[in-house]
Amino acid sequence: MGKIRTRLGDGSVIELSESELQNDLENGTQDAAERGKISPLSQDELRYLAELFKRTDRGVGVDTGKEVVLSYDCGPLKIKRSYGTASKLQSLQMLERLLGADTLEMAHVDYSYKPAKQLLWMDQPIMEQALMVTIPAMFYGAMPNLGLYTQPDGPCVNPMELLPQGKIAEARASFEEMVECAANDMVIVASTMYEAGADGINFDTTGAAGDGDFLAALRATEILRHKYPDMCIEMGMAGEFIFGMHGTLTYDGVRLAGLYPREQLKLAEKAGASIFGPAINTNTNSSCPCDVARASTFIKDCVKSSNILIHGNVGMGVCGMPMQDVLPVDSVSRASKAMVEITGLDGL
Amino acid sequence: MSGAHNFASGMGGIRTAGDLVARMEIARGMKINEAKEYVAKKLGVSVVDLSDPVVMNELRKDLDIGSAYVLPGVAQGIDAKFRIAELLDIEINSVKKFEERIGRKLK
Repeated sequence: MGKIRTRLGDGSVIELSESELQNDLENGTQDAAERGKISPLSQDELRYLAELFKRTDRGVGVDTGKEVVLSYDCGPLKIKRSYGTASKLQSLQMLERLLGADTLEMAHVDYSYKPAKQLLWMDQPIMEQALMVTIPAMFYGAMPNLGLYTQPDGPCVNPMELLPQGKIAEARASFEEMVECAANDMVIVASTMYEAGADGINFDTTGAAGDGDFLAALRATEILRHKYPDMCIEMGMAGEFIFGMHGTLTYDGVRLAGLYPREQLKLAEKAGASIFGPAINTNTNSSCPCDVARASTFIKDCVKSSNILIHGNVGMGVCGMPMQDVLPVDSVSRASKAMVEITGLDGL
Repeated sequence: MSGAHNFASGMGGIRTAGDLVARMEIARGMKINEAKEYVAKKLGVSVVDLSDPVVMNELRKDLDIGSAYVLPGVAQGIDAKFRIAELLDIEINSVKKFEERIGRKLK
């Protein structure tokens, strides 16, 4: 067989020999297995991936009958950031009627709970209106985004300014205050949208600002689950590993810094999440086959360990997708097919 | 990107029965295969039919639960959701809120 055309994690085209492809797949799964202390993919699964990447088809798809549900983050924002001139409601209808979305998600352009709270008086009526004219389940979504709670935009002293001054205790106290503020905003926004009729809430890109970010989402989830037993709560992660920006924060006795997807999932379950969205980092210097094998290893382990639904975050720069704004069909469709057929997840 | 995912592995939303399968994941926490089997049984079709736009478009018209190709007089929003809640035997939050707003239960 000649060279295999694929891509690097940054999206650029490369060519691999058959042995290079095999090595990349094995390196990807071994790396995930070592980092996550989980089982690597089997030889059959690696053979499946090798065949998938050897195919010359531009696009590939799952076998008929194996399709999964697609959930979305920041639906209207995807239209807005392309300078599509459509309202939130029109954007949701485009996703529903033109793009075949299985679920919808309303969101504000800033996609963070802090600014979303200020705009509830505007967004709640739009949510109510959207629920009247659309059919699929509707989420409201945003990010915990702890960074917005630091001065001068927020109420808390910036821990990143305190740390270089050696003020470790003060920096940690500030992080803890940020967690409280964020969790409070998340509960207010989620409650308002659920009371307006939304089917669920999405805490997206959770953990982007480290362990405090994750803790805020866990606390908000716990409060909301107690308040609304039937609410669907989706927790999508920012990356595969929780950074210890604070370092000693815990939830239910478990230290959050350093957690990999399976441990993240277990805490999300304990807090009361309905859907967990693991996000596995793409290495831009590795090949797509390597990144897909690596991501599949982590996600398969999550699915095996999970009592709740798993919707993998297979978006730009995560779960085997290249780190690119405009993504090629060959990479997206291969990552999509591999995630579904190897890991057995419930949705993307 | 969402178009490519939909082509590769998506169910198809209201073009097919993707929204109905998603409803069962959301309302009952059913895993994907259980949700598909539940919806297929309720609709009287096979699991494979759930992602077939030709089969499902006809069926959705018959059941009046909304479809991507809208004809005059067919359900397009909350009216479709009332029927979906009944068909799948689930509670839909916006349907419940609508009933609260008008002050009575419709069924």
